[in-house]
Amino acid sequence: MATLMAYVIGLLFTASIYMMLRRSIVKLVIGLIILSNAANLLIFVVAGLTRGAPPLIPEGADQIAGAVADPLPQALILTAIVIAFSVLAFAVVLIRRAYEVVGTDDLDKMKDTDT
Amino acid sequence: MNLAPVLPILIPLVAGALSLAFWRSIRMQRVIAVAATGLLLAASIWLMRLTVEHGFLVMEMGSWPAPFSIVFVSDVLGAIMIVLTGIIGLAIAIYSLASTPEGHEKFGYYPLMHLLLAGVAGAFLTGDIFNLFVWFEVMLLASFALLTLGGERAQMEGAIKYVTLNLFSSAIFLSAVGLLYGMVGTLNMADIAQKVNSVEDPGMVTVVSLMFMVSFGIKAAAFPLFFWLPASYHTPQVAVSALFAGLLTKVGVYALYRVFTLIFTQDVGYTHTILLWAAALTMLTGVLGAAAQFEFRRILSFHIISQIGYMILGLALFTPLALIGGVFYIMHHIIVKTNLFLVSGITYRLLGSYELKDLGGVYRQRPYLALLFLIPALSLAGIPPLSGFFAKFIVVKASLEATEYLVAGIALLVGLLTLYSMTKIWAEVFWKKLPDHVTDVRRLNGEVRDKQGWAYYVPVAGLAICTLIIGLYGQPIYMLAETAADQLMNPRLYIEAVLGGQSQ
Repeated sequence: MATLMAYVIGLLFTASIYMMLRRSIVKLVIGLIILSNAANLLIFVVAGLTRGAPPLIPEGADQIAGAVADPLPQALILTAIVIAFSVLAFAVVLIRRAYEVVGTDDLDKMKDTDT
Repeated sequence: MNLAPVLPILIPLVAGALSLAFWRSIRMQRVIAVAATGLLLAASIWLMRLTVEHGFLVMEMGSWPAPFSIVFVSDVLGAIMIVLTGIIGLAIAIYSLASTPEGHEKFGYYPLMHLLLAGVAGAFLTGDIFNLFVWFEVMLLASFALLTLGGERAQMEGAIKYVTLNLFSSAIFLSAVGLLYGMVGTLNMADIAQKVNSVEDPGMVTVVSLMFMVSFGIKAAAFPLFFWLPASYHTPQVAVSALFAGLLTKVGVYALYRVFTLIFTQDVGYTHTILLWAAALTMLTGVLGAAAQFEFRRILSFHIISQIGYMILGLALFTPLALIGGVFYIMHHIIVKTNLFLVSGITYRLLGSYELKDLGGVYRQRPYLALLFLIPALSLAGIPPLSGFFAKFIVVKASLEATEYLVAGIALLVGLLTLYSMTKIWAEVFWKKLPDHVTDVRRLNGEVRDKQGWAYYVPVAGLAICTLIIGLYGQPIYMLAETAADQLMNPRLYIEAVLGGQSQ
């Protein structure tokens, strides 16, 4: 399972970088979205996949018995998703405004502020 | 429970919320801006005093013992950065009273400024690597909005590059945090530091450390990852430029200092050699880029890059003296660079342009302003007895002692080229005759006066005095940098302070 996930994560990173290297700003943002998903999936997999063992303390006991899934990476991912959501919402508004102001969605035509 | 380590985060957060509550009253927002940043400065000085007294201040969130809780740790380096944040925050808040266009104030300039300061302060104080990521994002989101406030074409173009590269860097950071957690199973930096040495495969640790290096390198604008900076820093209104120039890239530098002294010191020969050459090339490309520019703020933007090189050089040499030099350099640089941007804002106000060809004759009309420019400019170039001289002197001495003669030579050459750039600005903006095509000189002649003109000059003069103090009374500042460097060289102190008696 982990091996398969490793390939999926690799594919997501590749796809996101390919999208970000395209000239259209819409594709740039799609690239960013895929990128944040790839990073989240990476955290999820790298912290170890444990099937069918939620980290719940059984009723009456005061500690967990046996190996359970680590809840911390899921908390991290949840935080990262929320952050990515707000940042990407900003990015979407930004490209819309940029399109209105600059009048093109071609990144190669947005070079006024470069040297 | 001691609140000192979280006050510098709480104050701007509360001030930001209050400013939002007074959304319609610009006057109230202005009062809050100055009061809150003043309070932030006071709290930061208090934190500094306590930190110097105790060595480390640790606060555990919710009183859960570390490493299970998120901790806020103030060591001397963190406290120094917080004091600088307070100084810059106050200077920018006062300057903004005069310089911020009304439209920006109406659309939440002050709340965003507070949020940015909170993010910066959080990044300096947190002792948890994932929490560092969260503060980075808080800071970034505020900076995105500040950068695009106004919505001009150049801002939009600059913002797209800035947003993309910073989000990319955040994604690398997040992946690196995930991989590190996979190896050591903890997020507390002190806990990581003591567990990372017993990882089965040290090669993986080096790989992850390079991911951190790339991510923080983008944020710090190190060679070859700096291209977003000169494309965006000159586009927003000048107070925002100055705030970014002073604080944002330095958060990246601080993160490099923290991570590569505390956690990743297994393979110094490999990682710090990469940092060394990145530092040398950062210095060189930055200053050469500046030499080719003829726009006030773009010249200064490129100089940020070259100065970042000196700071990374201090880290890369990794000797006690080099770290002292690096910390001293950060202190000097933040104050001087912000000040230069603020001066560029005043000349813009007087003549309505940042292009050197449209500026001139300022010395004739405003000799005191010329003096206020000269102090940070010469300090940046490293002329004694100003702060930059000692900063450069320590770094160059450290690289000579480490027998890195080539890098020392580059550092000296870059100092010379910095002087060239500053002379260029001096000659074009202050010394040469006002070009004939500039006709609107009413402000320059003093015929039109701003209502709150004093707010332009007070922060500039205050920061210039700070530069003079660092230069003339260098000894106490040097001692402070020495304590900070001493703590960085002995990560065991940090680990023991955070984890208490349970360290291995």
